[in-house]
Amino acid sequence: MTDTNEVIARVYREEWARVVATLARRLRDLDIAEEMAAEAFATAVERWPVDGVPPNPGTWLATTAYRKAVDRLRREVRREDKHKEALVLSDPPQPLGAIDDDRLRLIFTCCHPALAMESRVALTLRMVGGLAVPEIARAFLVREDAMGRRITRAKAKIKAAKIPYGVPFREDLPARVTGVLTVLYLIFNEGYLASDPGKEPVRGDLTAEAIRLTRLVRALMPEDGEVAGLLALMLLTEARRPARVSASGELVTLAEQDRGAWDRELIAEGHALVRERLASGQAPGRFQMLAAINAVHTDARDFRDTDWSQVVALYDQLVRLDPSPIVRLNRAIAVAELDGPQVALAKVDGLPLENYHAFHATRADLLRRLGRSEESRAAYDRAIGLASNTAEKAYLVRRRDQLASP
Amino acid sequence: MAQYLISVLDDTTNSATAEEIAAIDAFNEELKANGHWVFAGGLASPSTATVVDGRGGEPVFTDGPYLESKEYVGGFWIIEAPHLDAALRLAALGSKACNRRVELRPFL
Repeated sequence: MTDTNEVIARVYREEWARVVATLARRLRDLDIAEEMAAEAFATAVERWPVDGVPPNPGTWLATTAYRKAVDRLRREVRREDKHKEALVLSDPPQPLGAIDDDRLRLIFTCCHPALAMESRVALTLRMVGGLAVPEIARAFLVREDAMGRRITRAKAKIKAAKIPYGVPFREDLPARVTGVLTVLYLIFNEGYLASDPGKEPVRGDLTAEAIRLTRLVRALMPEDGEVAGLLALMLLTEARRPARVSASGELVTLAEQDRGAWDRELIAEGHALVRERLASGQAPGRFQMLAAINAVHTDARDFRDTDWSQVVALYDQLVRLDPSPIVRLNRAIAVAELDGPQVALAKVDGLPLENYHAFHATRADLLRRLGRSEESRAAYDRAIGLASNTAEKAYLVRRRDQLASP
Repeated sequence: MAQYLISVLDDTTNSATAEEIAAIDAFNEELKANGHWVFAGGLASPSTATVVDGRGGEPVFTDGPYLESKEYVGGFWIIEAPHLDAALRLAALGSKACNRRVELRPFL
């Protein structure tokens, strides 16, 4: 019984996206696809403990969901409009198998640029990730009914505006892939540095989900360098998660982390991806650059052992791709290790990041190292006021309180 | 095939330059050649509008637009496209041709 439930949970994780994606293609309706996939899984929960798990659970689920959809549309056709029957019955049932890129179609649809970013995130987690609406609502601190409405509105727009269920035009592909990766990275970051002060500071459920979805995209687009780059970046970041928050709930900086607690397996996988991209000889994109920087960090035995000139050189390359102030701030943090806090502070001051907590936290740290305690304290105060992550706040408060009293 | 309305957002009326008009003409020809054309037109200023309410016994006429706003629809295209991605691409070309922002909206 318990075994069957475990199997169902595993099959759910593995097959949900495939079942929804196949149905969506055949029914041309995301809403019914989602609903019937959910019903098929509910049927599995009832039947499998009694009848046993079918030899090919994925096919069983897709077939069951499709039959339910046909039954339902037939009922609706009898009740109201006739055109839906033609719609659903025009495509004869196909075996599962050569339809892997249905999931890719689903992902591109959910991450369509005509949808608001928050809708893309919610739809991707629901349709591709299979998370329940209350789970998504909790993850983003939105009321359940509001999250439900957000998803319903997005599905209604997909239908009314005829957002295509397909892979984009070739010319649009790079921008659309970037759009998908942005959604996945946003999910990962919300897990890695949860913005919700009422939640755990690091949300392993969200980072794991983001990695799982990125692995799926990687399997579907193995040739795309930026997909590999984002996966490597996530793996090398996730590897450090066990060392990132102290027992007392404080954020632990890279310099102070217990590197023995890092996940060696994830690091090895991330490094292999970075090496694969380097070997490709293709010019790297933003995510590949970030992954390479993280590879240097995870390669060092300790903080002092870090190859800072390599890190700064990689940031120089990244700034050329993405000259945003946040990238320049991160570059300055590496410069501080190479050329000292005075040089770094000159690069940080004047960046237009007045409302970004990390800007003030960086200034606070550099000023502290320069012995300018009063200015450092003021900067810590600004950073603490702007930070929303509980672990980060706790760290900043301790650092501020350790400053020499005036 | 679906139909979409491309509304041109503007804050002055009849303000297209000769260059913009030439680009719009070229875009219209392209729409026709590729089977996307349904209809298009420029609109006179909102101050020339009359709101008409014929729901009661005698129709009521009110001078001016139903909604005052700084920006308004200065013109429009109605196009035919297989799906939103194709319509978005045409809307982007239309926006470039008339040198204005546009709003793309599907018909029911």
